[in-house]
Amino acid sequence: MTNDGEPVLEVSDLKVTLEGQTVLDHISFAVRRGEVWTILGPNGAGKTVLLRALLGALPYRGSIAWKAGVRIGYVPQRLPYIRNIPLSVAEFFALKSNVRSGVDELLRAVGLGAEAGKRRIGDFSSGQFQRILIAWALASDPDVLLFDEPTAGIDIGGEETVYALLAQLKRTRNLTMLIVTHDLAMVHRLSSMVLCLNRQAVCMGPPLAALTPENLERLFGREVSVYEHKHE
Amino acid sequence: MESLLLSLVAGMSIGGAAAYLGTLMLSRRMALVAGPLGHLTLPGIALALVWGLDVSVGAFPFVIAGVVAIWWLETRTKLPMEALTALVFSSGVAVAFLLLPMEQAETALVGDISRAGLYGTALSVVASLAIVVTLRRAYSKLVLANISEDLATAEGIAVRRYNLLYLFLIAVIVALGVKMVGGLLTAALVAIPAAAARNVARNLEQYTLGATAIGVASAVLGVVLAHVTGFPAGPLIILIGAATFLLTLPFAR
Repeated sequence: MTNDGEPVLEVSDLKVTLEGQTVLDHISFAVRRGEVWTILGPNGAGKTVLLRALLGALPYRGSIAWKAGVRIGYVPQRLPYIRNIPLSVAEFFALKSNVRSGVDELLRAVGLGAEAGKRRIGDFSSGQFQRILIAWALASDPDVLLFDEPTAGIDIGGEETVYALLAQLKRTRNLTMLIVTHDLAMVHRLSSMVLCLNRQAVCMGPPLAALTPENLERLFGREVSVYEHKHE
Repeated sequence: MESLLLSLVAGMSIGGAAAYLGTLMLSRRMALVAGPLGHLTLPGIALALVWGLDVSVGAFPFVIAGVVAIWWLETRTKLPMEALTALVFSSGVAVAFLLLPMEQAETALVGDISRAGLYGTALSVVASLAIVVTLRRAYSKLVLANISEDLATAEGIAVRRYNLLYLFLIAVIVALGVKMVGGLLTAALVAIPAAAARNVARNLEQYTLGATAIGVASAVLGVVLAHVTGFPAGPLIILIGAATFLLTLPFAR
């Protein structure tokens, strides 16, 4: 529906204040179709707040302009309450009003067997549940996917599968993606653009240009130097 | 005989609707909210008994006032919801005991569905049906908002509007429930059938159907048992629900 290179999202001078605290300030960026953006930053930097503002779930100042008609899929970090409900995978998909593809086909696309539809959500591991959430977001055939920490809570080794799955989705569906993470590997594996966030935009651009040692130091501060120290 | 029939019809409607709504409240860990709201209705029940009105009619303004008061206080202070709930509902109970004629205390505390009458029963049936129909239409959206408000927002659901609808339905079911089980036991009316059904349900359909069936069956058995034994129906209905829960325990998933 949109041509490559055309902005699907333009954010200008975004400011979010929660309970009197400025959580995000002076954030401006434009996302073009087909780009994979990583929003990188330490804990408490406002990454999830930015995603929630983009979804329209938080009040903000400044402007967030999605291109008209763009369909957005959202993959949340975790859904603690869902295990309180006896819900089969098929029923979870039925909660969605605008399912455009077959559920079995979607489950296969994220590497789960078609018989997964009949099983209870609570019976899946966290890694499998992550895949169900991705399939769920894909069901409305979105143009843009927003991910909140796709590798959080996934065991080591499982991360590789998540990177591979996202790369494959990018390839086969020409999706535009915004991925919130504190996982540097995600940036190098997938991203075409990176936004370093710590209340303000610390750096922005293609990963190799943006993620200079100085910028990483500014972004993570001591966190990165401690990390490197361990490996000496 | 006529009063037994009316009690059965009113009990089935209220029990079923409360259990259906309970499936949502349990998944949001809100099942106990119906408790304080029930206590809060006691002054309204007291007034209704003094003036000879239907108990639900007396209870309804008080439960609405309670919901609004808790919501308003929450926007004004940083205190947690449960502290505010405790403040508001204990004030309600205190006021009730100033107003309540002591000989009517049992009716107010544990309910008396045999007093329902034709008008009261009709009111219960219509209001319960309205709750069930509204819930069926909004159920998917409410479940999604229960799971994650962000996810629901991303799906284009007006979460605040649905939360308001949800609170309103809770208020109505509490006002109906006090007629059947009194101001003390309303939490059990929504929580127990849903908890028992969740023990055995493999999916959402079994969960909602199971809870509603248990709610209806507990009410029927309770009313009949009350008719035979002379005990009040409210506590019997709750105890039958609790016994059903215990029966489902060995199958808990």
